[in-house]
Amino acid sequence: MTLAIDARDLAPGFADPVFDSQSAFRAIMNAIAYPGRIERFRRPVAAPAGLSPAAATIALTLCDFETPLWLDESAATEAAVAYLRFHSGAPIVDHAGRARFCIIGGAASALPLHAFHAGEDKYPDRSATLIIEAQSLTSGAPRRWRGPGIKGERVVGVGGMKDSFWDEWTLNQTLYPLGVDVFFACGEEIVGLPRGVATEA
Amino acid sequence: MSGARESGYNFAYLDEQTKRMIRRTLLKALAAPGYQAPFGGREMPLAYGWGTGGIQVTASVIGPEDVLKVIDQGADDTTNAVSIRRFFQLVADVETTEATEKATVIQTRHRIPEAPLEEGQIIVYQVPQPEPLRHLEPREVETRKMHAYAEYGLMQVRLYEDIARYGHIATTYDYPVMVNGRYLMAPSPIPKFDNPKMQDNPAIQLFGAGREKRIYAIPPYTSVRSLDFEDHPFRTQSWDQRCALCDADDSYLDEVITDDRGGRMFVCSDTDYCARRRANGHVGAQGAIDPVGEKTDALSGDAQ
Amino acid sequence: MYVAVKGGERAILNSHKLVAEERRGDPALAELDVRQIVEQFRLAVDRVMTEGSVYDPELAALALKQAQGDAVEAIFLLRAYRTTLPRFAVSRPIETRRMAVRRRVSAAYKDVPGGQVLGPTYDYTHRLLDFALAAEGGVGAPEADLAEETLPDAMPPVLDILDGENLIEREFADREGESVFDLTRESLSFPAGRDQRLQNLARGDEGFVLGLAYSTTRGYGGSHPFVGEVRLGETAVEITPEELGFSIEIGDITVTECQMINQFKGTAEKPAQFTRGYGLSFGHGERKAMSMALVDRAMRCRELGEDALYPAQDEEFVLSHSDNIEAVGFVTHFKLPHYVDFQAELELVRRLRAEHATRVGRDGELREAAE
Repeated sequence: MTLAIDARDLAPGFADPVFDSQSAFRAIMNAIAYPGRIERFRRPVAAPAGLSPAAATIALTLCDFETPLWLDESAATEAAVAYLRFHSGAPIVDHAGRARFCIIGGAASALPLHAFHAGEDKYPDRSATLIIEAQSLTSGAPRRWRGPGIKGERVVGVGGMKDSFWDEWTLNQTLYPLGVDVFFACGEEIVGLPRGVATEA
Repeated sequence: MSGARESGYNFAYLDEQTKRMIRRTLLKALAAPGYQAPFGGREMPLAYGWGTGGIQVTASVIGPEDVLKVIDQGADDTTNAVSIRRFFQLVADVETTEATEKATVIQTRHRIPEAPLEEGQIIVYQVPQPEPLRHLEPREVETRKMHAYAEYGLMQVRLYEDIARYGHIATTYDYPVMVNGRYLMAPSPIPKFDNPKMQDNPAIQLFGAGREKRIYAIPPYTSVRSLDFEDHPFRTQSWDQRCALCDADDSYLDEVITDDRGGRMFVCSDTDYCARRRANGHVGAQGAIDPVGEKTDALSGDAQ
Repeated sequence: MYVAVKGGERAILNSHKLVAEERRGDPALAELDVRQIVEQFRLAVDRVMTEGSVYDPELAALALKQAQGDAVEAIFLLRAYRTTLPRFAVSRPIETRRMAVRRRVSAAYKDVPGGQVLGPTYDYTHRLLDFALAAEGGVGAPEADLAEETLPDAMPPVLDILDGENLIEREFADREGESVFDLTRESLSFPAGRDQRLQNLARGDEGFVLGLAYSTTRGYGGSHPFVGEVRLGETAVEITPEELGFSIEIGDITVTECQMINQFKGTAEKPAQFTRGYGLSFGHGERKAMSMALVDRAMRCRELGEDALYPAQDEEFVLSHSDNIEAVGFVTHFKLPHYVDFQAELELVRRLRAEHATRVGRDGELREAAE
């Protein structure tokens, strides 16, 4: 597929690719290691239309030509696709099931979680990582999270998810050690939800 | 241009694409605690078996604001620890420390520090053999299946044979653990004395095996259970002696041969822990005559 | 008084100085020039390039100089350097049929189109030490005779002759565009494809691969090989830059290629056919290329429906242990301090012995009481 990209129209990527991505990665790693805890990017990228700075920062920190990337309809704006292609080099794929990373802009109408790759028995690391744009990381209906990385339990209120999401998550959790891993993005902040975490209303 | 260091190499030696690949692997490893994720391990300027896995992991997480501690056998001043610390000073120019609580990243070979780790710290283990089942089944094709279906009977049988023969489980280091109730994991060759420290640890624990090209991890506050049997519960090593320098009775001890007539003494393997206790006034049987801070470079003497 | 042994930074730096001193040897003698190594230690340079996976004679020669001639240490240096190099492109498959041949022999036919070309080889040298090489002034500038006629530009591979009659299995179709497994970017995975196996063998330790190849011919693998062809010469490397859309030559490299013919296979449905093994090394490396071709064939047992009974047929065994940099690192790491683990073992053995003594003592008392 050829798509002429005019670099002048693009939002910039990391100002300092080496140190900014290192700093971003530490926030991302903390988010997956301490699920439910809000991590704020200190030097996020300026996001293109359609993406939050947090989602764009995760994508630029982790994606490259080795990671097929899928965007749902609301994330796949022309600006976002051009931006991700130019700055990450990740191949944009049409099938959600074939992507290593998926950006979901429309959390309220997202594909069911089983549409994404859950990994393989011998290689559960091959599962997809979802970056979901959330309306809020605090003001959604509170749920109690338990699992690795959480001391006891943590109450988290991710806002803007469709009603069936948490039931789908419970199913995803039963696949453990297979299953997708999720980052909720909002503004310049993220919350991690790895496959091992169980949630309850 | 950021990253261009005086050494002529990128910050922390690895190129950015390699770091990204390792970072992705680390996240998946944290999401499936104890699972050995394959990664495209690179050839490092240090020999395989000498910490290349740990170095690649450290290089992928470390930043200019970190404070690095490197230990080998619990000590900051063993030759390989010095060599690895020098490597990061050269290629990443990070601050280093010997104080466990000041470090944000601790790379270790064979020990977990005695001082409890805290949130915000990352401990990176150098792993020579990531596969806990390797000595029972040499084939990766087979062991990968065993992990996929959680078939760990072979290990239970092995441990039980020990009990039948010796009355004890005869594994004293690299003692297998079950992580988050799912994956059997090699804790790297730490003595089993350190195993309980992995359980519910507030720090992030990362494991890098360079030659075998595997990364695995234990997130904070995760169940890490040493295998045992109801009638033979897991227990750690203990000594009748105390540390001869700082009088500690709760730390892992190294045995030092002092003469050729059977003379020996026991000292803390964790040099930072020992020095700190001495600085706080604890004195062991032979501690008083070794003034703290006066060190002799015995090896460098030899090398001259 | 107890003084802890400190392996300080000074010791390490001094150790490096000692190495430098030993490397230089007697300073009264002229220092080796890297170009001398390129020219006069070419076979060592070729091995370092092959197992180091970098085609650069000057770098390989530098590595050999730095490693005091230790091939494995030099390979290590080159590999560690290679890791830091950016990757611009993946070449197109090299066309050895268009090689500028300097040597080419076939053991399968008395004569072949293009002829047998003996070229430079130690094969028929009598292994007598040549003291003229040690004499002051050396041997000057020896010169070989020129052939009466030049060799043809293209020499068809000998195996094409068999192929024309369907006597040998077909070579793989040219799967251009398909990505080739790269061990320097991904970890080994099993079952391994032939691309992974060949790359591993190409980088593998010559001694290890040679030993395995030898074993296949001594009953541990049932190999009955014929050298279809060994050829040495220069061949062009081409890449196809994305922005150009057509391929361009980026240089010539010297390679040694071996096509091995192996025992035939046939079934009730399929008539008998010879099978192949393939070997390639940078520079002049016949021993390596031939060994590689034999072990390649041995490891093809699965796809050819043979039982894997012997070490050379066991791809996980071969691929996991052929890399000398991995092997050396692990074997030598045992000289690193292990006293924490040794202490753990000491504690257990002492405990077991104490318990044994108590038990024996108690049994003794019981016996005495019974008597």
